Amino acid sequence: MALNKLGLLSLGLACLALSTQAHSQDTLVYCSEGSPEGFDPALYTSGTTFDASSRQIYNKLVEFERGSTVIAPALAESYTVSDDGLVYTFTLRSGVKFHTTDYFTPSRDLNANDVVFSFERQRLADNPYNQVSGGTWEYFNGMSMPDLIDSVEAVDDMTVKFSLTRPEAPMIANLGMDFASIVSEEYAAQLLVAGTPELLNQQPVGTGPFKFVAYQKDAVIRYQAHDDYWGGRADIDNLIFAITPDNSVGFQKLKAGECHVLGYPNPADIAEMQGDSTLEVLEQEGLNVGYLAYNTTVAPFDNVNVRKALNMAINKQAILDTVFQGSGKAAKNPIPPTIWSYNDAVVDDAYDPVKAKAMLAAEGVENLKMEIWAMPVVRPYNPNARRMAEVMQEDFSKVGVEVEIVSYEWGEYLKLSKELDRAGAVLLGWTGDNGDPDNFMAVLLGCDAVGNANRAQWCHEPFDDLIQQAKVVSDQAERTKLYEQAQVVFKEQAPWATIAHSVVYKTVRQEVQDFKIDPFGGHIFYGVSLAN
Amino acid sequence: MLNFILRRVGTFIPTFIGVSIISFLFIRLLPGDPILLMAGERGMSDERYAQLMTQFGFDQPLLTQYWSYLTGILQGDLGLSFRTKRPVWDEFFTLFPATLELSLCAIVFAVVLGIPAGIVAAVKRGKWPDQALMTTALVGYSMPIFWWALLLIIFFSGMLGWTPVSGRISLMFFFPTDTGFMLIDSYRSGQAGAFASAVEHLILPTIVLGTIPLAVIARQTRSAMLEVLSEDYVRTAKAKGLSPFRVNGLHALRNALIPVITVIGLSVGTLMAGAILTETIFSWPGIGKWMVEGISSRDYTAVQGGLLMIAVIVMVVNLLVDLLYGFINPKIRK
Repeated sequence: MALNKLGLLSLGLACLALSTQAHSQDTLVYCSEGSPEGFDPALYTSGTTFDASSRQIYNKLVEFERGSTVIAPALAESYTVSDDGLVYTFTLRSGVKFHTTDYFTPSRDLNANDVVFSFERQRLADNPYNQVSGGTWEYFNGMSMPDLIDSVEAVDDMTVKFSLTRPEAPMIANLGMDFASIVSEEYAAQLLVAGTPELLNQQPVGTGPFKFVAYQKDAVIRYQAHDDYWGGRADIDNLIFAITPDNSVGFQKLKAGECHVLGYPNPADIAEMQGDSTLEVLEQEGLNVGYLAYNTTVAPFDNVNVRKALNMAINKQAILDTVFQGSGKAAKNPIPPTIWSYNDAVVDDAYDPVKAKAMLAAEGVENLKMEIWAMPVVRPYNPNARRMAEVMQEDFSKVGVEVEIVSYEWGEYLKLSKELDRAGAVLLGWTGDNGDPDNFMAVLLGCDAVGNANRAQWCHEPFDDLIQQAKVVSDQAERTKLYEQAQVVFKEQAPWATIAHSVVYKTVRQEVQDFKIDPFGGHIFYGVSLAN
Repeated sequence: MLNFILRRVGTFIPTFIGVSIISFLFIRLLPGDPILLMAGERGMSDERYAQLMTQFGFDQPLLTQYWSYLTGILQGDLGLSFRTKRPVWDEFFTLFPATLELSLCAIVFAVVLGIPAGIVAAVKRGKWPDQALMTTALVGYSMPIFWWALLLIIFFSGMLGWTPVSGRISLMFFFPTDTGFMLIDSYRSGQAGAFASAVEHLILPTIVLGTIPLAVIARQTRSAMLEVLSEDYVRTAKAKGLSPFRVNGLHALRNALIPVITVIGLSVGTLMAGAILTETIFSWPGIGKWMVEGISSRDYTAVQGGLLMIAVIVMVVNLLVDLLYGFINPKIRK
């Protein structure tokens, strides 16, 4: 009897649940994968935090067009670069309003002081905000901004001048990154006077399409459309991030109509999602590359023919089938096809174990034993490194190479794989930051990066010359030629076996209109609307 | 009684110091450097690495780091979270009410169903209700939480649509969460349907988190009852012609409850461990999920502070259980 009563109670509550689950038509709910670390994007490096902050609340001087890596004007209407490539002058858009919230009412529009403050707080140790919230400004430092920027000055109210220490063509792309979000100097000053500067990271104020309303830690983030947004008011009135770390649960919520967009659907659920008429599965190649980096300073991997032979022994199709299970595309260049300057004319090393074996014999390499390092974590560019290493182990055994698979805890893996005398080849990858080829080629293959992110320890002068030239030339057509050439040199020299670029999936409900996959992995809701 | 209380409280201090050492060392013994993890694939220069080591105090000897941690604790400062850059104390107490609310519901669920189930099983020993209840308890105890939760979500939320999939309340409700307890805050909000929504969001997580304690309590009640039911005074009570309800419910159960209360106290630790998975699956914003994120990012301050706080809570609950135990059974005080 008691159980019957409990059943009835559950039923009653379930009816209530159904009555309360429908969302208002002007509210879009995004099932996000995790909690933001904070709301000041310059303090952090994770995409989850950027989704919750810079991509909804803030703007940058320049931004990437939604769904592409093309740079477009944003808070800066225009910019000029000096002939020597050392001075960038930005003219700001006029009439840009900061958010008016319960905790801040701006007394003025955006001006040059906001831009200067946004960079100086990251750059100068004596800025009162430099140490606020334990600021390490990891992205700003990681992109070498402290070495690159000599000064940031307000020429007048609406003009800002960046002076650089060296010409750097990717500078504009860098300024489109999340760490370069423009915060309100007036709000920061007000918080400083109140003795609560850390609130800049908890109660954000920006110029972006949505203003922050509330965050219930690890549960919900609420935003409202910014009525005075310079780009025009968002179609959605309210934006809600429902934090849902488990993607299987996220799928159930999507089906139940509890959210409209699922950021990271499980590959195993894709087929079912595609068969569901209420859902739409979007896909696009990710801005990433997964690779196997040989240590080109250690014999026999210092021999280009040995590296080429090993590359020819890898059956990439088998990897795409077993590891990526259809969610990957074979990679032949160190940059993904979604980046400008991708050289499609480059011919990949064909899978030919017979020829590979003969090439190894010709180089006098017999009974080779090597290590393949398998990452202990899942990354978009490598969903299962252990399995990938096992496929390679089998491939290499066919050409007489004995492989031992090794792995370490992720932090150790990153540290040990950088060592100059490291044994064996390392499975790793990269997801682009700013859509500039320099962000792949210089960071991962440049001579400056040897002993750091250049896991192949590969310093090849003809290649390095090309990418260094491309850094200082501002004309994109000219840069394209240089990078195309660099990709040819890369393929000839084979410091890596390029493995795959992942395919990114996003699932949205049918009523979601004009959601575009962001090549940088972000989730941008300005421009998205809901059909009735 | 006072002596007994003082003795029990006296054991609290060395346990607290021991726990502070373990919580401090635990996260540091795990392989993985938080600064390198922060840099990811990009890596960082040796100079920058050294600079950050100094900034976070990781270049200090372990003993110095521990001392600074301990003095911080004594001043009520658990440090800044490495990951979120916010005070660990604030983060913990923002999330703790959610875990406490869920744990309380789970323990009430486990007690309310577990004790009667154990009594029925003991009274009907060897008969089908006993076998059915104990088999169910064994299944409940053995069930992986993750699988059990997904099964319930798929059936009740996905197929039947009776319960919400996850979260603490429907997203349409928005009100200040002053106490952090959603049942209280939703009731105080006065918004129509808010309290009901909070209740229905609690149903599945409560069942999932309460299943293992329910099984343990049912089995413990059964074995304690069986022992008591074979005592002479129970036989005498039956011989006097007392009703089965008075014999089982008053005479037997009262004495059988002592070990059951101990098990309930110990279940607090189990609930905290179970909360980690339950909260992750149900997107329940509690300390379990927060700790998992802290461990994976090697957030030293968050993990050591969180572990310490959880350990202190478990210790306090067990201290209270011990005191209650001493109150119920005066022989134990000696």
